[in-house]
This record gives sequence, C-alpha cells and structure tokens, in this order.
Amino acid sequence: MGRLDPLFERTRAEGRGALIGYLPAGFPTVPESVELLRGMIDAGCDLVEVGVPYSDPVMDGPVIQAAAETALRAGFRLRDLFTTVEAVAAAGGQAVVMTYWNPVHRYGVDAFARDLSAAGGLGIITPDLIPDEAADWVEASTAHGLDRIFLVAPSSSEERIALTVAASSGFVYATAVMGVTGARDQVGSLAEGLVSRTRAHTSLPIGVGLGVRSGAQAAEVAAFADAVIVGSAFVTRAAEGVTGVRDLAVELAAGVRKAPSTIG
Amino acid sequence: MTDERGTDPHKPGPHDPDNRGHFGPYGGRFMPEALIGALDELSAEYDKARLDPEFTDEFTRLLRDYAGRPSLLTEAPRFAEHAGGARVFLKREDLNHTGSHKINNVLGQALLTKRMGKKRVIAETGAGQHGVATATACALMGLECVVYMGEVDTERQALNVARMKLLGAEVIPVKSGSRTLKDAINEALRDWVTNVDTTHYLLGTAAGGHPFPVMVRNFHKVIGAEARAQFLELTGRLPDVVTACVGGGSNAIGIFHGFIDDPEVRLVGIEPGGKGIETGEHGATLSEGTPGMLHGALSYLLQDEDGQTIEAYSISAGLDYPGVGPEHAWLKDTARAEYRSVTDDEAMHAFRLLSRTEGIIPAIESAHALAGALKLGQELGPEGHILVNLSGRGDKDMDTAAKYFGFYEDGGADGPRGTEES
Repeated sequence: MGRLDPLFERTRAEGRGALIGYLPAGFPTVPESVELLRGMIDAGCDLVEVGVPYSDPVMDGPVIQAAAETALRAGFRLRDLFTTVEAVAAAGGQAVVMTYWNPVHRYGVDAFARDLSAAGGLGIITPDLIPDEAADWVEASTAHGLDRIFLVAPSSSEERIALTVAASSGFVYATAVMGVTGARDQVGSLAEGLVSRTRAHTSLPIGVGLGVRSGAQAAEVAAFADAVIVGSAFVTRAAEGVTGVRDLAVELAAGVRKAPSTIG
Repeated sequence: MTDERGTDPHKPGPHDPDNRGHFGPYGGRFMPEALIGALDELSAEYDKARLDPEFTDEFTRLLRDYAGRPSLLTEAPRFAEHAGGARVFLKREDLNHTGSHKINNVLGQALLTKRMGKKRVIAETGAGQHGVATATACALMGLECVVYMGEVDTERQALNVARMKLLGAEVIPVKSGSRTLKDAINEALRDWVTNVDTTHYLLGTAAGGHPFPVMVRNFHKVIGAEARAQFLELTGRLPDVVTACVGGGSNAIGIFHGFIDDPEVRLVGIEPGGKGIETGEHGATLSEGTPGMLHGALSYLLQDEDGQTIEAYSISAGLDYPGVGPEHAWLKDTARAEYRSVTDDEAMHAFRLLSRTEGIIPAIESAHALAGALKLGQELGPEGHILVNLSGRGDKDMDTAAKYFGFYEDGGADGPRGTEES
C-alpha cells in the first residue's frame, strides 16, 4: 500500500485526473518556494513535486536549469529540502520529491529516505535512477514507507516497462516525449501510446509529464492518464509570484476536471 | 589484431565489467530511462561487433592505414637525465593522425555508428581534441557531426573550432552551467535523449553509462598492447612503471591494460593538481574526490557535501573534468593502480623540458604524465625503467604556453621558470 494510494483513489472516485505541480525547492529562495508551493496546492494541485536543485540536470530544459541555478546561487542546501517538504505538509499539502540521484547517494540513501519520511514526504521521483541500479533505494523506501516513482519513456521496451512498473509504487511517471523538460505547444502523440502500453503491465496510476502548460493540454492528457504533471510552466509563472502559479493551477485544475475520464 | 601474447583486445576477458557494466561497485547506468534503449542497442551491437572479424579487421585496418599505427616507442635519454637517471620511454600517441590517442576510439565508434544504421553523430569536447577527432572520423565515413563545446572553451580554443568547421562539423557553443566540458556533456545528453533514434553519442572518454567505459577502453587497448611488445623488443624487459595522465582516463586505461596482468609493473595515473590541491583549484578526482555519479556512472567525483558537482580546474583544458572513468575508481580501490597529482607549474616545467631536451612538444595533458615521470625517476633511481604515454602533441597548446612563459611579452622573456633546462 503506497502512501499516495488514497490520493489516486479519491481522484479516480471523482472521475478526474490528478494535477501534479513541480517547483524546485529554494527557487527563487527557500521561503518564497514554500509560499509558491502552498499557493499551488491551495489553487488545485493535488500533489506537488518538490525538485532538488542540482548542478547537472541532464533531463531538464533551459527553464528548470535556470531555476536550479538560481536556487543554488541563492544558497540552497539539501537540508532546506526537508524543511520545505515539512512546511508543505504542515499546511496540509501532499509532496513527493523529484531528484537526480547523486544528492541522495551523497546524503546516504537510507538517511535521505528517513529524513524525507520524517518531514512528511510521500515518495521520490528518480529521473536518472532506473530499477536496475536501485537495490538500496528499494530497501530504504520500504523501510521508511516511501513511494518509488520510476519513469517510463516512449523508447522503453515492453520488457523494460514491465520491470519498471514492477519496481514502482504510488504512480508511474510516463515521459510524454523524447526530450527534456519544457513547455511545448503540443504534447506528443507518443504519450497516449506509452500510457496504453504501460497499462498493459500495471494497475498503478500513470502520470504524464513533459510539455504540458495549458488547461486545454491538461484536459487532453487527463483523458488518457491518471495524472497530469506540470513543471516548467509553473517555474515560468513563478516570476509573477504566488498569483502567477495560483492562476496556472486554477486553469490546469479545471482542465483535469474537463476531460471525460477513462478511469474507473 | 592481437598482442604478442595472443590476446585479442576486443574479446571479453577477466577485466571486463559485469553484464550491467559494473567494475566492482563502480560504473553501471545512472541514466534516464529514455536512453536505456539506446544503451542496450549499443551494447548489443558492440557485443556482436567485438567478436566479428569483419568489424575488428576493418578497425585494425583503419588504425594502420588512416591513423598511422603502430605509433612509435621513443627513448628520451636527455629528458631522463632530469629523472634521477632512470630510463624513460615515450609511447608516441602524439604521432597519430589528428595528434592524439583520441583517434582510436572515434574510429571504432564511428564504425559502430554505421553498423547501427545511424547517420548523425554528436560529441562533446573540452579542448577540442575529441571534437576534432570526431569531426575527422565523420568526414571519413560520411556522417553528420554536431559537437557541443562550452562557450568558454570555444573562445579559448578558437583554432580547434575552425578545424572542426573545416571538417564539416557543426559546433554548438554551450551557454549553460559553467560553460565548459561538463556542461557540454550535459547538453550532448539532452540532444541524445531528444534524437536518440537517429543519433549516436560518440563519447570521448572511458566514462559514462555502460557500455561506454568498457567499449572506449577496448578501442584504446591497442596503445598498451603495442607498447608492451615494443618495450620488450627494445629493452628485453618490462617497465617498472607505466604512467599516463588522467582526466576522464581513456589514454591511461588504454596503456594500463597492456600491463594489467603483469603484477610487477606499477601503473601510475597522474591527475591535474592545478594551482595546488590546497587551493581547491584542481581536477584531481581520484586523489581528492569521493564516490558519486556524474554523466551516467558511479565513480569518483569532485562534489560538495550535498552532492553538487564541483568545477574542476587545470591549465590543461583536456583534464579539467570533475569526474573520471569508473574502471579507474576500481583500480584505485583494489590498489592495482596508484593515482597522484602534479601542479600546473610542474606540468609546464615538464612541457618545456621535453621540448628542449628531445625536440618533442607534448600536449599539456601529456606533460602531466611527464612531470609524474620526473618524480618517479627520482624515486626509482638509475635502474628504473619508466614508460610514459605521450597521449598527444602540443600544437594546440601553443597559445597557453606562450602566455604561461611570457613569449608574447616584450623581448620574449622566458616566463615563470626562465632558466635553461639543459
């Protein structure tokens, strides 16, 4: 039983997709990121992904790269991640962490899982950790009751999808396009095919990320996925402060409710 | 191609990683799932090719008829006078086409690219040597070539940018992060994840996710295989020490492997000590780093306590990389190889010394190994026999050297160490 299961039971019961919003911790500063994340939750994000700013974000496009640099220049430290998650949880929000693996490895996989769990975090999305290399994370996440959200990609073989979903809990993150993060005019047609291929291997909820930026796109994705994941667009709107991310969350939250859900 | 012991450098052997690319705990694949399919495809193709005489014969033919192999083994007696009287021998990778050992790997990977039916090649480059070698192989084989290069490096190495363009490559200046080699690799990985169906990422060193470390190593094993046979022929014995510079570690792993089963031969990797280890401005990853993952593999890494990569520094643009190939991490931990560092000043001293005693201008990268040899010679004394991998030539470094020694200044002064060497 994953910590995220009740969330998806609720959104499934409501016949809609879940809205997941991403923002790096410490962007633009630690206190401001807490306010932004709380605003995103208040305005309709069912779950937030708190990103760990990292020096070498190879899966990220220019917007999130720049945000990570801003956070690191402003003095973000890994310990700030846990206080950020704690502040989100204290305000009644639900949070997972999205992080490249080296900061976790350096901190100590078990210690990281322990401290994230203590802060109220629900799981970790791992863009550069595949299940093949994740023995210590499987152990630590089990010990500390965290969900393991691995990624599947349009290039994943059936064999790899099966292996990945078998190691996952909470939900599975399907990358909509072959490429890095960043808002796009169109979410690739690859996404729907990938979700359907993934469903053949699991009953876990499937979230689709990479490229979504508008309510209309959210509706389109929510028609075939259990969750819509939005990152770069929130980071861009953060320039307008809490109002910016709230406005976007409201638009996206309406979008995920518009779609005739295929779920249930 | 076999060495004198009949060992085929391409055949699987006891020093290969496990089937998921682990050298002990190091290596593996810390890569996005989106790239795993391409790495699997590359592994499968390489595993077939390394056993296919059609491939290995073509590779050997290109090394001979295009790259100019075998490269010479040259004794350096006047240089050796400064090395405690030990005998010093140079493996002359500087004489290869394009001027360094890099050509071995790019010819192998370009052949594989054609086997996979891919038409587009991307590469990263720091100083430009790997970029030039890649552009060369792509011109030879009719492949489209895109080279990512940190913006800072495109300015420092304008001549190599021009060479790549002349060879038909597109050079993309990378403006993200520190705008140097590490960020060029990040940007190349972003391109690869976007264009993986049509594109091969021709990584330039024995690092990255599996199968790159073992594959790149095997393409460079020819260095050690030739050197061992040449050394035996010339001296009737094996060297006491084999030394090479280590940035990502490809030239070192190539020459080390010729001697890895000779336990009496010490293997010593020389890292860039930059302005001195104590200043923090260096690239001595194995000497000063801690285990971590960067660009797809677990190895040693220069990182802070939060796991953020620390920028490396070296006067040599080919050595200022904060990571290192995973097999070196394993050789360090198992004590089969030793790693130490020399400073910019020590490397530049050796750079000028070799030029003036032997008439050979080394790459500044290779000058680190030469500086290491000067110290090793003092330790070994007159009975010592040292083999140095002279991994590249120094033409590309003339601007750096001229500035360092003050050759552009009025009167052409002789710089920070203005004494005659010999």
